Amino acid sequence: MRRLLYLLPIVLFAAVAGYFALALSSGRDPQTLPSAMIDKPAPEFALGGLDNGAGLQLDALKGQVVLVNFFASWCEPCRDEHAVLMRLAKDNNVALYGIAYKDKPADTTRFLKQLGDPYRAIGLDETGRTAIDFGVYGVPETYVIDKEGRIRLRHVGPLNQADVTRELLPLMAALAHS
Amino acid sequence: MIAELGLYALILAFGLSLVQATLPLKGAASNHAGLMATGQGAAAAQFVLIATAFIALMHAYITSDFSVANVYENSHSAKPMLYKITGVWSNHEGSMLLWVLILSLFGAAVALFGDNLPPPLRARVLAVQGMIGAAFLAFILFTSNPFLRMNPVPLDGQGMNPVLQDPGLAFHPPFLYLGYVGFSVTFSFAVAALIEGRVDAAWARWVRPWALAAWCALTIGIAMGSWWAYYTLGWGGWWFWDPVENASFMPWLVGTALIHCAIVVEKRDTLKSWTVLLAIVTFSLSLVGTFLVRSGVLTSVHAFAVDPMRGTFILMLLVAAIGGSLTLYAIRAPKLAGGGLFAPISREGALVLNNVLLTTAAATVFLGTLYPLFLDAVGGPKVSVGYPFFNRTFVPLMVPVLIAVAAGPMLAWKRGDLLGALQRLWIAFAAALVIVMAGLYLAGFAPILSILGLGIAAWVAVGSLTEWADRVKLFRAPLGDTWRRAIHLPRSAYGMTLAHLGLAVSVAGIAASAFSVERIELLHPGDDLDIAAYHLHFVGTEPVPGPNFNADRATIEVTRNGAPVAVLHPERRFFTLQQMTTGLTAIHTNFFSDLYVALGDPDPSGGATIRAYWKPLVPWIWIGAVMMALGGMLSLLDRRWRVGAAAGKRLPAAHPAPGE
Repeated sequence: MRRLLYLLPIVLFAAVAGYFALALSSGRDPQTLPSAMIDKPAPEFALGGLDNGAGLQLDALKGQVVLVNFFASWCEPCRDEHAVLMRLAKDNNVALYGIAYKDKPADTTRFLKQLGDPYRAIGLDETGRTAIDFGVYGVPETYVIDKEGRIRLRHVGPLNQADVTRELLPLMAALAHS
Repeated sequence: MIAELGLYALILAFGLSLVQATLPLKGAASNHAGLMATGQGAAAAQFVLIATAFIALMHAYITSDFSVANVYENSHSAKPMLYKITGVWSNHEGSMLLWVLILSLFGAAVALFGDNLPPPLRARVLAVQGMIGAAFLAFILFTSNPFLRMNPVPLDGQGMNPVLQDPGLAFHPPFLYLGYVGFSVTFSFAVAALIEGRVDAAWARWVRPWALAAWCALTIGIAMGSWWAYYTLGWGGWWFWDPVENASFMPWLVGTALIHCAIVVEKRDTLKSWTVLLAIVTFSLSLVGTFLVRSGVLTSVHAFAVDPMRGTFILMLLVAAIGGSLTLYAIRAPKLAGGGLFAPISREGALVLNNVLLTTAAATVFLGTLYPLFLDAVGGPKVSVGYPFFNRTFVPLMVPVLIAVAAGPMLAWKRGDLLGALQRLWIAFAAALVIVMAGLYLAGFAPILSILGLGIAAWVAVGSLTEWADRVKLFRAPLGDTWRRAIHLPRSAYGMTLAHLGLAVSVAGIAASAFSVERIELLHPGDDLDIAAYHLHFVGTEPVPGPNFNADRATIEVTRNGAPVAVLHPERRFFTLQQMTTGLTAIHTNFFSDLYVALGDPDPSGGATIRAYWKPLVPWIWIGAVMMALGGMLSLLDRRWRVGAAAGKRLPAAHPAPGE
């Protein structure tokens, strides 16, 4: 029995190495984490809002092409991305909705007060339950959801202007006309 | 020509490392003195050869020789000289070369300064070092040759990532590598001991200085990296639980466990197989860290160019090194007889607690870094981790560690008196209580965790000082007696006290971050901003040309109660070649708090967004880290390391072990 204990390290390492081999052989670009959810209906959610605001429900988003952005005040890349989101909302008039991930409402309010609020509505996901349903790896993450409520694009990490003009806006325009 | 010379030197070094990996091992097995001695010559020559290659590459960078592809891809003729030099290791190929350079430096040091090691042990240690060297040299030669030529020769280089053009980032890789690679020596000692099937106090005496040296370098390296993040990213954060940060933090945690555990082997001849395992795991985590950054398995801002071929090679290397050593461990470790017994409440017991908590913390970080991707790979549901995960798992594990730090050194070996130790620590407890009460009175109940954190910091600080006062019998013996005791206290004892004080200082700095104040405002020239006790007057911004960038430099006059304090110049630098903007924060520190000002986006109306933070005690995070590293170095200067371990064993009476 005691001998088995000494085998434990090598067994654990074998598991980790096996996983590394799997991750490597998948041959995917780590920048574009695939989502098992692409083209599937977005998971249902009904989240409360800030200061007794309306909150955010999936049903309310249907009928339009929307951008759902997971963010948090404690997340540094979210701050980097914020200027891009502000432009998206102001210049491109994109239907942008925010989900505050594992964030205290007071911190979210302060964050938006300081940097500006680009969102049409915000849902509070304090438990992280909705993020798990979406398969969020970390914040920020952004999803394009079409008129029928299906996920059409997942962007992991902060959005930059190039991603927006090259990929996001053309896709949203195409979806809006279809 | 010089680049080719560097390549030949590398190929030669690879050949020599194969010799070093085999002949001494054979010599040790057959007790052949001549064969065993080959390791020393090979290790020394390898260092000279790799240093030659490194200098050749540096020459190419300094002279901006763009016929070398690596220089073309990562340098530019307009880059300041300092960054041409640091540019050598600011890219994948060059950093690998630095890695093997440091590895061969340590190998040569074992060869040159290992005269009082038993010859078979030295031969085996050098052989294991040779194997690691051979693997990494093969990796460089076959997948990451830094000396590849280009034809035709381009006119100018592509430049370096502007983020890297910063002294803090430029100099932290050498420290990190000194740490990572330094643990290769303890790894080699562990594997050599497993081959020999013997671990004793002399072995621990040999291993501990190496582990300490590596640990000090790693501490400095991590602190520099975090300091860099603090002043360049411009949001006042200093630790992000980024995969690359975690990759350096995991070996640090296990290495911390190792330097504590080796004391037990040395003093009490027990916990042997555990210490050997820690030595293997520490270096394994350094290797895994290297793998994670370079293979592209994890994404990160710090990651170099992704190349699956390299990833496969590194994975094979990991399987050989870690898998091999752990297999050897599974076979040999059960035979390592345990020595002295001890009661749960004892110095050993406290160190075991420290080990269990630190390794669990490292496992948590490992899990938090890899679990999301692991689930992804097996097609399971995804989970999210981030700040909240680490705060909820890592922080609670650190609390008992910190509470034990003060009590552990007070306990006797074998069987300790916890009640007695706690009684002697009443003053530390009182100090913690005073801090918590004062905190509650001044700040209220809201930042309760931060206030408790400050209380724990006071507990650790006063507890460490109490332990020192106890040893020198402060106020309990005549002052002259105390003075004599203080002088004769070994340096390792002072090292421990200093390192534990440093830990308390860092914890205070971390805990106090909840008290920081931030103001983010759009200011026009002439506008004012008040933050904490400071008054900021925004004079305006002006363009300032740099060597390879154009900067916008703001001028902000800081006053406090009308008296001038400082003039701050935060900058935004635009690198024309790479079309990238980086920030340069202006920080005014008085060592108790930082006034931190960053220049944000310019506004079309002529104003600029100014982000101002007042951060109390934040500089202590890094001051504490430096104290920890200094404590480690002080401990390294202890005369006991210079006393031959073998001699000490033969004549135990002549060298009473200090530090008791």
